[in-house]
Amino acid sequence: MIANIPFLAVMAMIIIGLATVVFKRNLIKMVIGVSIIESGVNLFLITLGYREHSVAPIYTASPGGIMSYPVPQALTLTSIVIGVAVLALMLSLVIYIYRHYKTLDIRKLGGGEE
Amino acid sequence: MMSKIVKTIAGISFPFITIYGLYVIAHGHLTPGGGFQGGAIVASGLILLLVAYGTDWIIEKIKESHLSILESLGALGFIGVAFLGLIFGGMFFTNFIAGTSMLFGGIPTSTAANINTGGTLPLMNFAVGLKVIAGLFAIVLVMAYAISKEEGE
Amino acid sequence: MEGRMLVAAGSLTIVSIFLIFGALLIHPFGVPNAYKMDQYIIDHTQNESGANNGVTAVVFDYRGFDTLGEATVLFTAVAGVILVFRRVKKE
Repeated sequence: MIANIPFLAVMAMIIIGLATVVFKRNLIKMVIGVSIIESGVNLFLITLGYREHSVAPIYTASPGGIMSYPVPQALTLTSIVIGVAVLALMLSLVIYIYRHYKTLDIRKLGGGEE
Repeated sequence: MMSKIVKTIAGISFPFITIYGLYVIAHGHLTPGGGFQGGAIVASGLILLLVAYGTDWIIEKIKESHLSILESLGALGFIGVAFLGLIFGGMFFTNFIAGTSMLFGGIPTSTAANINTGGTLPLMNFAVGLKVIAGLFAIVLVMAYAISKEEGE
Repeated sequence: MEGRMLVAAGSLTIVSIFLIFGALLIHPFGVPNAYKMDQYIIDHTQNESGANNGVTAVVFDYRGFDTLGEATVLFTAVAGVILVFRRVKKE
């Protein structure tokens, strides 16, 4: 159990992001929560591919020894770029919503009262 | 529009940031980095210019339609290299240059770095780097231009 | 509004319990289970793709289709951002 502390840290990061998305009422803060979840998922992928006492899978000036797995790191690269794309699209939609409704509070969106 | 100090420092540091990003792109198959990372570095240098000099100064120099053309060129180059693999190697994304005597065709020794290796990887790195530079800068440029125009009204 | 907050808190608690038990039951840190594909890539990346960087070899050579989809996602995001702001600019 003590060896799983990195996984517990990753899950704590994902839970913090989920709580931000669920409980905050500001759209900008919800976008920040989604970004925190993405960071947690990236960290999870990196943590999955690590081997004990391993170096990065790059042969240039490598100190030798076993190498950590390259496929999760490549998937993390994909995930980071997709995160940037999704973040840009979310922020532009938030700007569009702010122009239309003149507010960022999600309780006041939609025009009707609960 | 920022103060004169910010403009001067941005103008001085922009060439260094660009050269470093192009180095990361060109050495993507040897050292940590690649097309995406180097493209992000160059795009952040361009965004530094955008923040320092203001949107109107940038929009006179380059339009977002030009950036869209550049991004499409990057994507077409990437897919084109992949289709060359289909023609010469038999499969999509085949690394048909590695192991031959063409440019970038060498095989590296165990730990020594050699820029003339990698097969199709450097070509794809350049294409993806062009695509990421144009794409990220187009996103920030369009958002900054829309917001500055709204504040000006 | 109070009931909705209670439901949200309950679902978040359930999801958190699943995540924490998943973190405790996964393989120990530093000892991954599946290794054959990654070990093959580490052993053969210099001979097959001619690159010293294993991650770049995976991104552009072994898993090129992944990168193709990623490039498509980036292209779509740029197109979406320009689409959202162009309608406002013409007013």
